[in-house]
Amino acid sequence: MLIKCDKLSVHFGKRKVLSNINLSVNPQEIVTVLGPNGSGKTTLFKTLIGALHPSSGVLKKKPGLKIGYVPQRLHIDETLPMTVKRFMNLPSGHSANTVADALDHAGVPHLDKQQIMDLSGGQFQRVLLARALLGNPDLLLLDEATQGLDHRGSADFYRQIASVRDKLGCAIVMISHELHVVMRQTDRVICLNGHICCQGKPETVSDSPEYHALFGLDKESEAALYLHQGHHPHTQTKQPSYV
Amino acid sequence: MFDDFLVRAMLASVGVALAAAPLGCFVIWRRMAYFGDATAHAAVLGIALSLTLSVPIFAGVLVVCLLMAIMVSSLTGRGFAMDTMLGVASHSSLAIGLVAVSFLSGVRIDLMSYLFGDILAVGHMDLMVIWGGALIVLGLIVWRWSGLLLSTLNSDLALASGFNPKQEQLILTIALAIVVAVAIKVVGVLLIAAMLIVPAATARTFSSTPEAMAIIAACLGVFCGISGLQASYLMDTPTGPTIVCVSAFLFIVTNLVVRILPLNGLTKKNS
Repeated sequence: MLIKCDKLSVHFGKRKVLSNINLSVNPQEIVTVLGPNGSGKTTLFKTLIGALHPSSGVLKKKPGLKIGYVPQRLHIDETLPMTVKRFMNLPSGHSANTVADALDHAGVPHLDKQQIMDLSGGQFQRVLLARALLGNPDLLLLDEATQGLDHRGSADFYRQIASVRDKLGCAIVMISHELHVVMRQTDRVICLNGHICCQGKPETVSDSPEYHALFGLDKESEAALYLHQGHHPHTQTKQPSYV
Repeated sequence: MFDDFLVRAMLASVGVALAAAPLGCFVIWRRMAYFGDATAHAAVLGIALSLTLSVPIFAGVLVVCLLMAIMVSSLTGRGFAMDTMLGVASHSSLAIGLVAVSFLSGVRIDLMSYLFGDILAVGHMDLMVIWGGALIVLGLIVWRWSGLLLSTLNSDLALASGFNPKQEQLILTIALAIVVAVAIKVVGVLLIAAMLIVPAATARTFSSTPEAMAIIAACLGVFCGISGLQASYLMDTPTGPTIVCVSAFLFIVTNLVVRILPLNGLTKKNS
């Protein structure tokens, strides 16, 4: 067991964002967290990395657990000059080979001399993935890491994630909207809406009534929505960030 | 050699520039320029209190600046934006300080020397305080560099790497208070923010990494300190403002050159 939440609740002021979360992640497992906007996915992640404190319940981590974190969106102030290479070596230095390997794993080799400011959204997200891989993490947390990537890019990205798990042997917890894209690569799906609605193997979850109730879909309209989003990526709503 | 007032003045300006310019990079990156200004204004209240209580100016200013910074940080977010709180704290402490100074009838003080600095009157003791403070600030920045930089970049990334962004913010606040306290003698309350920001802003143009920007800023700061002192000696102008004028001149010239040079390159290619 790498990490375990026991009856975890999180409040923002008086508003309860997460209630009674029981969740554990095993070594080498890929877990996908699904949920509509405002369901507390990002809050759950921020609690797992320690950026937010639970108002009740217990969060247990394996002693010495190394977490690699890929944030949802990252704004880098243009007043701060920063090359990809320098960013990869922050906070601690790595050999040039290690950095090159990590960039290669994430699918962005030869970017090391670029300024972060000049990268596209997709490139920057992959640099963030590469950086998260550097410390050989036991657990990789990805917060909607495919934002800014097209469908082909997303599918490639998730295949990359699965191969990263196979190579580095780390567990992966990721937030995603795209169950169809992640289905083949994920071991377990958790549907979140303030509490855990349902969880299980992706096939089981995608057939479950709770999943359809949560997203307000029947099977046909789900396929239609999926296609619709494919043609109009700008209509996708964005998850609000809380901190 | 330390007996020459010009040598002491030069060493004082070099000491302040060495600490202020790299710290100024963080002030720029974190968009804390107004914070630096407010801390400097609070220093006037610190000066008044030090004179009333007969304690060293350095100590009084340091305490008041730290108190103001902590008060602003803790009140921000409870219905007040950071710049609102800074506006309240900065100008009220400036005003209270100026009123308090007027009550000090028994002491003869030259307010101008605190507002604009009195670098030519730097004594041996001042020099030790300035260099002591500068070395503490440089030490803090070098020691906490990674944590400071990562927290500046993104607080979630910092937390995930095991740093505490609030602690790093506190370290910057303390460093800022120390720089303000030691720089009063050199450039005065009103121009401290310039020592922080102008060399760092000039350095941004030439830098591709944060380390390069901090080092270039420190070099530019030292250069402006020395040449500003010489210019003020030659032209018989007030020293603190002259140092800031040289920095500002350098900022304008480098930005003009950077804007114009690529254009020249283009026209040559085209013709």
